[in-house]
Amino acid sequence: MPTTILETFSVSRLDILNPEGDCDEELLPPLSKEEIVRLYELLVLSRAFDERALSLQREGRIGTYPSIRGQEAAQVGSAYALQPADWIFPSFRETGVHLTMGYPLASLFQYWAGDERGLVCPEGLNILPVSVSVGTHLLHAVGAAMGARYRNESIVMAAYFGDGATSKGDFHEAFNFAGVYRLPVVFICQNNQWAISVPRGRQTAAQTLAQKALAYGFDGIQVDGNDVFAVYRATRDAVDRARGGGGPTFIECFTYRMSHHTTSDDADRYRSREEVEEWKSKDPILRLERFMEKRGLAGEAARREIGQRTRTAIDEAVRAAERMPPPERRDLYRSVYAECTPRLAQAMEGGGNGDA
Amino acid sequence: MATLNMVQAVNLALREEMERDDRVLILGEDVGQDGGVFRVTEGLLDRFGKGRVVDTPLAESAIVGTAIGLSLYGLRPVVEIQFLGFIYAAFDQIFAHAARYRNRSRGRYTCPLVIRAPYGSGIKAPELHEESSEAFFCHMPGIKVVVPSGPHAAKGLLLSAIRDPDPVLFLEPTRLYRLIREEVPEGEYTIPIGKARVARQGDDVTVIAWGSMLERVMKALEPFNAEIIDLLTLSPFDSETVLGSVEKTGRVLIVHEAPRTCGFGAELAATIAEEAMLSLRAPVLRVAGPDVPVPLARLVDYYLPDAARITAAVEELLRY
Repeated sequence: MPTTILETFSVSRLDILNPEGDCDEELLPPLSKEEIVRLYELLVLSRAFDERALSLQREGRIGTYPSIRGQEAAQVGSAYALQPADWIFPSFRETGVHLTMGYPLASLFQYWAGDERGLVCPEGLNILPVSVSVGTHLLHAVGAAMGARYRNESIVMAAYFGDGATSKGDFHEAFNFAGVYRLPVVFICQNNQWAISVPRGRQTAAQTLAQKALAYGFDGIQVDGNDVFAVYRATRDAVDRARGGGGPTFIECFTYRMSHHTTSDDADRYRSREEVEEWKSKDPILRLERFMEKRGLAGEAARREIGQRTRTAIDEAVRAAERMPPPERRDLYRSVYAECTPRLAQAMEGGGNGDA
Repeated sequence: MATLNMVQAVNLALREEMERDDRVLILGEDVGQDGGVFRVTEGLLDRFGKGRVVDTPLAESAIVGTAIGLSLYGLRPVVEIQFLGFIYAAFDQIFAHAARYRNRSRGRYTCPLVIRAPYGSGIKAPELHEESSEAFFCHMPGIKVVVPSGPHAAKGLLLSAIRDPDPVLFLEPTRLYRLIREEVPEGEYTIPIGKARVARQGDDVTVIAWGSMLERVMKALEPFNAEIIDLLTLSPFDSETVLGSVEKTGRVLIVHEAPRTCGFGAELAATIAEEAMLSLRAPVLRVAGPDVPVPLARLVDYYLPDAARITAAVEELLRY
């Protein structure tokens, strides 16, 4: 008996804007000049925030911080395709997503300085607290999507994670549930090639991460994660599909973590400087600048002004964050339950044996 | 008033609460078409449809993780983990997320969800179907842990659990599912979480138990003048009722089927030592499961606390 081919698959990759700033006109998403300049401004803001956070950490003014350097286009491009009413389930390395959605800069500084109050998402936005536990939050996007479906609300859930998360069991379970129930979720993976010291090739033997979606019965696509247009286009298509009842999509943004895992890490222990140098030439901001130059968008003076505006916003945010009164001792107990248990109430008042 | 067993009482609570509140959904393995392996959710699929009674793939972490997402979105999911021994795959979701979203977001996002899990030994089931690992969950700030000891308590506590603004682990002692029948009122009645029940008043010794051990303690200690406390909520437990009784009797026995070391009895004993030492006339004793994996049926009688061990411990206390 001959064997029968039951399924074959192919995986696509989307590239629109190359490192030289040239683009595929047919694939270029329909963005106005103002929108393109806005994307550029968000990329610049994300990088500047990141650089400031790194220097604040070195000065001891914030705690451990995970840099997003190199991943700005993957974050800004994807978040720009979402609506304010959509819900976002971020990992801990998504500053660009927060900034694109309009999350207060000062809150982000406050959080990284070790204050949970920085994770209180303002009304009107639904960015869930960052998930420090890798990949486990994908299931929350799945559940919220089931909730949106149940309530007949056309809200899309965006779950952000990295290449390391694709090795976790919860990645499998989330993809499986999303596929089975055809839920409105967009899974956005920033494959930045490194999970602390373990390279992408050690996370999976599969040739791409994108193809993993196919086993769960939905589409996966790889995009150049340093190409803000490709990321935006792929996300917009996925969001439209989800909103229209077409179910989940997996987007693998092929990018690179230019910095260490966090400020506590030393990437020189496990990867070559040549590799990092090679990725510098693929920088997401540089290529958009080149594109804008070729199109006569936001010339040098305009870009200088954007830089200045960005620095001012960051200065003000740092000042605001550092002016916030520190949390009180009682805040330790307040938010564990809706109502303090008798034991917590006693501890909050300074009672109890040996409690703080 | 209907006389129901615990399976029927839990079913009634779910049915009534789903009628009352359209935010309540049920998820789990085999909970829909099959009505649950213990038939606890029988008939709910027909009544409420598959949008509200959701048969899930076989994945405990996803069941709890999805419930977290639903609750973040404003719904009130009640999920079933088929047996407590399979909840360990969902431990991360419970510990790292359900218990923490409120605290992490300073109250902006919360997880009002219920995890129902049949638990406990003595039903001749395969390995991992008879665990009593309740103490793990009492060590997790942000979760509440509730254990009914009969049909009446099951209904009243489950309604409170579903209405609670925080995540509740609701443990259903499988040995009791069809063992006890009680009068269970229809309609509104709740038993508050965090309150113990004095199941029998007495003067000579305080005996604290929960779940399936309560029935065993009640029977074994009929000849004694023992005050028997049905704890009902383990976290946060009702220290007022416990300490009040200890101050009266001066002698304490704690009975649980979970392994002795770091079982919930240890927390009770420590609290009594801290708060009521001067009332004690004897050391606090525990009758518990030994520190071994829960055995299969042929050894279970050596494992579970029985009338002889319970009686011997009380007699020892009374000698002081």
